[in-house]
Amino acid sequence: MTTAVAKEQENYLNNSYGLKSWLLTRDHKRIALLYMATITLFFFIGGAFATLIRVELLTPQGDLVSSDIYNRLFTMHGIMMIFFFLIPSIPATLGNFLIPMMIGARDLAFPRINLLSWYLLVVGGLFALFAMLAGGVDTGWTFYTPYSTTYSNSWVIATALGIFVAGFSSILTGLNFIVTIHRMRAPGMTWFRMPLFVWAHYATSVIQVLGTPVIAVTIILVFCERVFHIGIFDPALGGDPVLFQHLFWFYSHPAVYIMILPAMGVISELISTFSRKAIFGYHFVAGSSMAIAVFGFLVWGHHLFVSTQSVYAGLVFSFLSYAVAIPSAIKVFNWTATLYKGSVSFETPMLYAFGFIGLFTIGGLTGLFVASLGIDVHVTDTYFVVAHFHYIMVGGAIMAFLGGLHFWWPKITGRMYPEQWARLSAVIIFVGFNFTFFPQFILGYLGMPRRYHVYPPEFQVLHVMSTLGASVLAVGYLLPMVYLAWSWKYGPLAGPNPYRATGLEWKTASPPPLHNFDRLPVVTREAYDYSTVPEEVTSVG
Amino acid sequence: MWVFLITEVMFFGGMFLAYIVYRAAYPDIFALASSSLNVYIGAANTAVLLCSSFTMVLGVRAAQLGRQKALAINIVLTLLLGFVFLGVKAFEWREKFIEHHVPGPSFHFAGVAMQGPAQLFFSLYFAMTGLHALHMVVGAGIMTWLLINSIRGKYTAEYMTPVDIGGLYWHFVDIIWIFLFPLFYLIDRHLK
Amino acid sequence: MTQHIDSVKTYAVIWITLLALTAVTTLVAFVDLGPFSVVVALSIAVVKMMLVALFFMHLRHSGKLTQLAMAGTVLWLGIMVAFTFADVATRGWMGVPGR
Repeated sequence: MTTAVAKEQENYLNNSYGLKSWLLTRDHKRIALLYMATITLFFFIGGAFATLIRVELLTPQGDLVSSDIYNRLFTMHGIMMIFFFLIPSIPATLGNFLIPMMIGARDLAFPRINLLSWYLLVVGGLFALFAMLAGGVDTGWTFYTPYSTTYSNSWVIATALGIFVAGFSSILTGLNFIVTIHRMRAPGMTWFRMPLFVWAHYATSVIQVLGTPVIAVTIILVFCERVFHIGIFDPALGGDPVLFQHLFWFYSHPAVYIMILPAMGVISELISTFSRKAIFGYHFVAGSSMAIAVFGFLVWGHHLFVSTQSVYAGLVFSFLSYAVAIPSAIKVFNWTATLYKGSVSFETPMLYAFGFIGLFTIGGLTGLFVASLGIDVHVTDTYFVVAHFHYIMVGGAIMAFLGGLHFWWPKITGRMYPEQWARLSAVIIFVGFNFTFFPQFILGYLGMPRRYHVYPPEFQVLHVMSTLGASVLAVGYLLPMVYLAWSWKYGPLAGPNPYRATGLEWKTASPPPLHNFDRLPVVTREAYDYSTVPEEVTSVG
Repeated sequence: MWVFLITEVMFFGGMFLAYIVYRAAYPDIFALASSSLNVYIGAANTAVLLCSSFTMVLGVRAAQLGRQKALAINIVLTLLLGFVFLGVKAFEWREKFIEHHVPGPSFHFAGVAMQGPAQLFFSLYFAMTGLHALHMVVGAGIMTWLLINSIRGKYTAEYMTPVDIGGLYWHFVDIIWIFLFPLFYLIDRHLK
Repeated sequence: MTQHIDSVKTYAVIWITLLALTAVTTLVAFVDLGPFSVVVALSIAVVKMMLVALFFMHLRHSGKLTQLAMAGTVLWLGIMVAFTFADVATRGWMGVPGR
């Protein structure tokens, strides 16, 4: 195979140039990159709000911002991060890029709908940004009624419309993935030969399709209530504010599984590759993804434990919430078993994977605390809950996203990132993260309420620690921005399979050609079959 | 399209949930409010929509058999019946407006002490039939597009997928109305 | 995929049945059945839905996956309603101290 001065091969990045070729593309790989840019922007906007929050919380008094402004800060932090960053993140970037290649297809089932999904996210984001610039929303990302419908004088409708539109982006992506996975697998790619990354996204897509419409209709009802005062959530007119909470959380709880399942899919790939071993209990891991999708719909009432929801319903939801932890635990056990007697190496993606397993486990175990009705009465609406979900969302999902980004970076760009800088960033993120959020468990247990910016002085030490950790975390997030961008132009060229991983995406060039494969593959082996990969990385030009 | 219909079920489902909760909470007021709707017009409109489903499926069948003219005729009939339905709906809404049953500042429902629950009934009525009507309008747009293409001879026995899909959508919207009719028009009619 | 093309007669029979059921449900509403009024009305609506879905939407000729997916969707709606109702209906059952 000749290398030397290689003529740059035609791939999806250089086959056409110009703004139009990107904005009107139907190539799932380019759309993935469009998403990547968009969600990165939204991430840093959400991060800016987080920065302001943490700076304000350095002192027990409310001295940086007024209470009203503080309400807007945490609301917009939540909305940006959840709806415009986390929910699209892994599916719309890594999922879009990889799923067709992983199953041996040339694109998704509906490429134009894929592009439409991106535009919907952008439009929704613009609505939300407009609302933020015009003054913001102060209801909390959960916009409970009747405050959001009757009493708040902030930009509820504009923000809600933004979320509504972004929701359709999510629905269409889910629809696209479901049809693609059902219909477009290469010959020989049976369901149980698919990478677990694909299984995870299939389960996620089912949730997106079943759950997102409910929040869409809830937003419509909030809109009607706010504009026409129809009384649907207003007790004075016979309505029930808790009904809003049921409708809201029926989606928003499964939404957290939309955020974590793709991350788990990434981790399966990373653990397998960097222990050079098939995932232990493949069928169980695939099944647990589906189980999480199903069970995740049955537990939403655990957000309503103190809402005047009936105690009997609370008992049922509490019990089911314990049950939903089981499939997640199965995954953690299986990942650990995969490591046993594996040939483990510590490249950057693996560092993120280890970080994920540790932090997700802590986050998940504290989930059991809050799932218990009795304990939740004590810790609900405190920083304990805040710490719990940040461990999962940030310590879990974002670390998996970064791990996956680094792992597939050579495939996406054809370049390798600088390994030492990347490892350093991973460690910085891990350290910064724990310093930010572990004190919050203690704060919450001691009674620090969430969404408050004035607090008793005895909590200050922990808050200062948390803010210091956050600044370290911020550095950790900024570093990859710099070195990844640098590597795109100056990094060393990567071959088709620099990690000697299994999976169809590694059998094509880096970056891939426009139509993914020169010839569509025929699959004859199981997933994670390491006997088929070369012992050494051969460099191809 | 089937996957899309799953999302539609959950979409309308949220409002059905709100309806169920409030009807269980205020059964008598809901019954009273229901009786102020004209059940005969409602039933007739239901029949209109069922007829449109019949013409729709005949249209799909014509497409399967490659019969261009029959396809076009059936789509026209479906479209016309759809417009009849929407026209009747508009008439009904206007009646409600005149009777001050439209939720908002001028709402007043005679015969109940608490106006709130009555307003809830009508809020749900307008929201759900409104959402349904919106879907009908989209359906009309789809039918028009199918009509134009079928006149151009685009659909054959081998390729009639858009007709098939359009049909699924139309039937689904019909099914929603099949549930809306008894839930809004037929509550405890025997009392009146 | 092989297409099952039903006869016009089949469709017409279903159509007439649907119209008849509409008439039935309207007339039955005027009869006092107590709590069963809702049950009857909803049952008739479900039957009409099944007829439209199975025959007009050709669900009976569709693959098992589609049928399963539709059944599952209805189930999901049921879950949403049932669990919410579990809350709403049982709120007054247990006296909670301090409330």
